[in-house]
Amino acid sequence: MNKLLVSPAPHLHSKETTRGIMRDVIIALMPSVLVSLYFAGVSAFLVLTVSVVGCVLLEHLIVKYMMKKKTTVHDLSAVVTGLILALNLPVSSPWWMVLIGCVVAIGVAKMTFGGLGHNLFNPALVARVFLLISFPVQMTNWAVTNGIFTPENPLIPGFLLGAQGQLPDALSGATPLGIIKEGLANGLTMDVLSQQHNFSYWQMLFGQINGSMGEASALAILIGFVYLLARKVIKPIIPLAIVVTVALFSGILHLIDPAHYADPLFHLLTGGVLLGAVFMATDYVTSPMSSLGMLIFGVGIGLVTMIIRIWGVYPEGVSFAILFMNAWVPLLNKIKPSPYKKEVNLG
Amino acid sequence: MSKTFSIGGIHPIDRKFSKDRPIEDLPVPQRVYLPMNQHLGMPSVPIVKKGDRVKVGQPVAEAAGFVSAPVHASVSGTVADVALYPDFQGKRVLTVVIETEGDEWLEGIDRTSQLKQEITTVPEETFRKITEMGIVGLGGAAFPTHVKLTPIDGMKPEYLILNGSECEPFLTSDYRLMLEHGQEILIGAELMRRVLGTDVNGIIGIEENKPLAISAMQKIAANYLQWKVVPLKKRYPQGGEKQLIDAVLGRKVASFALPISTGAIVQNVGTAFAVYEAVQKGKPLISNILTVTGSDPTIQKNYRFRVGTPIRDILYSAGALDSEENLLPHFAKLVSGGPMMGKAVVNLQAPVVKSSSALLLLTEKETKRQEPGDCIRCAKCFQACPMHLQPYLLYQLALAGRTEELEKHRVFDCIECGCCLYTCPAHIPLLDQIRLAKNASLKNKRKK
Repeated sequence: MNKLLVSPAPHLHSKETTRGIMRDVIIALMPSVLVSLYFAGVSAFLVLTVSVVGCVLLEHLIVKYMMKKKTTVHDLSAVVTGLILALNLPVSSPWWMVLIGCVVAIGVAKMTFGGLGHNLFNPALVARVFLLISFPVQMTNWAVTNGIFTPENPLIPGFLLGAQGQLPDALSGATPLGIIKEGLANGLTMDVLSQQHNFSYWQMLFGQINGSMGEASALAILIGFVYLLARKVIKPIIPLAIVVTVALFSGILHLIDPAHYADPLFHLLTGGVLLGAVFMATDYVTSPMSSLGMLIFGVGIGLVTMIIRIWGVYPEGVSFAILFMNAWVPLLNKIKPSPYKKEVNLG
Repeated sequence: MSKTFSIGGIHPIDRKFSKDRPIEDLPVPQRVYLPMNQHLGMPSVPIVKKGDRVKVGQPVAEAAGFVSAPVHASVSGTVADVALYPDFQGKRVLTVVIETEGDEWLEGIDRTSQLKQEITTVPEETFRKITEMGIVGLGGAAFPTHVKLTPIDGMKPEYLILNGSECEPFLTSDYRLMLEHGQEILIGAELMRRVLGTDVNGIIGIEENKPLAISAMQKIAANYLQWKVVPLKKRYPQGGEKQLIDAVLGRKVASFALPISTGAIVQNVGTAFAVYEAVQKGKPLISNILTVTGSDPTIQKNYRFRVGTPIRDILYSAGALDSEENLLPHFAKLVSGGPMMGKAVVNLQAPVVKSSSALLLLTEKETKRQEPGDCIRCAKCFQACPMHLQPYLLYQLALAGRTEELEKHRVFDCIECGCCLYTCPAHIPLLDQIRLAKNASLKNKRKK
């Protein structure tokens, strides 16, 4: 008599695995990665590599030697964190700053809470905000990412040494959001600013906008978004809620006073709105589970982002907004309208 | 647009490999084992003893109360034993064993395949026959059919829904029955409808992956004013009573409420066929249709079996055994029923029963569970749950043994369809724990 397997139903399982989902997210990030490589070449490659290798290695070491468990890096979640962290950094980031980002993301934000699935805040964003507060110069001194392919890439010394302020003027500049924040504060109007700086929505869509690596091309992010939807990795609720809220908020202000408030498209295509909406706000672990929860979460991110952008100190607010809403997730998960009413005993 | 239920559900691959295999009669077994617990409710009470001679269709056990059903001899011969025998899960159950001699049927049973279309019995007579012939729900739960047809004060049946959705992957017995015996099914259904009331509407729900069954049943239903076919989108667990009512009528059965509270009664197509045979042909529930299937193409069959046939005999006929009558080595698991809700078989000597619908043979690769990982809070279990429960939460509460909170989160609404466990990318044994918690909590309640 041969042995029979005996276990409770169900006896089949879907093909889906955690690793498979993470692989899909990595694939969805590839257009943005390729765009950053195209515009910033070797520099982008170095930042991406240090970030991914750093995150994976750190997770491996922490799980194995501090938590004394079997390594978890094969679930690929550390790769995703590494990629998203890199895409949140300027291409001119020095290597040690990237590594500090890895330590904060994996060590502080993820493993301290117990690893994958247990963290309250998005690891890559915690790291980004930590770096933004700790190293404001390096984090906001955006390199003009304009076809730098040659080995004489002037960014490479910056990467190796992190010599801040050493970037030639021609190679650095503020982000569009930074420009209008400062410009408007100095009493200029939107018209003057866009004439001076020649903002092009076309460029914002396809690439070459000053900012962190992942913000370079809205189109690349959208391709990733469509892929994630097609593979049913994410639901569209959170990204759409964020985008619509940002568009409505900025649209109303723009209608009231076009001279002092940028139009909705400008707000959507600049900064991290799309990157955050598609890849960071949709992180399973740190976003709500029900559709209504997702909607509230997305609207909240949109609102906080715009409040920071318009009335806050920082030109950009997506990272703070997502982290702020992350903190609400346990409460949002309690919202669950059920169509099944309780009815007891019917004879 | 085809209808479907509104909450949760999954889309497992069909794998209806045996759908083009016509129903074959299995040889009469040398021995049958008739357990007394082939239905939900009180076990039947044997009325024969060792050495008694019985004919096919003769009652060997009577119902023990209202929520119970009699059992009839499925072969003719001598009662060899009335004792405890292990069932397919190894649980010992009081069983009547009959040693087959010839194939002698009780008088009054019409064994011909001739269609008896004309309905001559009055509803009271139909109800009595359904009760006496041991008819139970053949959709899986095996609830005695006459109980479901009994009116409940203050609840008026408006719809009789015939369940032809067969939403479990692999299974094809209901499908074959609809193709080959559609007429009989509709006559049986009409008999039940008349028991419920002449103003009750009849609806047959069939999933779209069975277009031939839909057109066949539509053609037949055209002759019956009160009956219509409703095609349903393919989705599991559409065959669940609550899901089917939602899909067909858009009405939701409340927690702890009976389906009839929505005005609907659901019966399986197999049950309707059994009612036809009982009322029109005088034949008790002594045989049923079952699918033997798996991804191995050599074993995919649809069989008419005598209730109580040992599982080993059926596997032998299907060619799933080696020369020493052991299961072929590439099969690692044998499931009685579908892959989503069926139960693993531990004892090949045990019999198939009235409500057996399939013997599913799975390879190790198909069925082996993977090591569970960490919950990534993807909410897939929550989105898949057709009862709008939070499986991830119930799982954690179950692990912590927090009974009160489990009940607050409606753990007793769980229909154990398996969608949560099927869909979990971290392979967490969600349903296993929830089921354990349900059982523990039920036991506690009984103690109190």
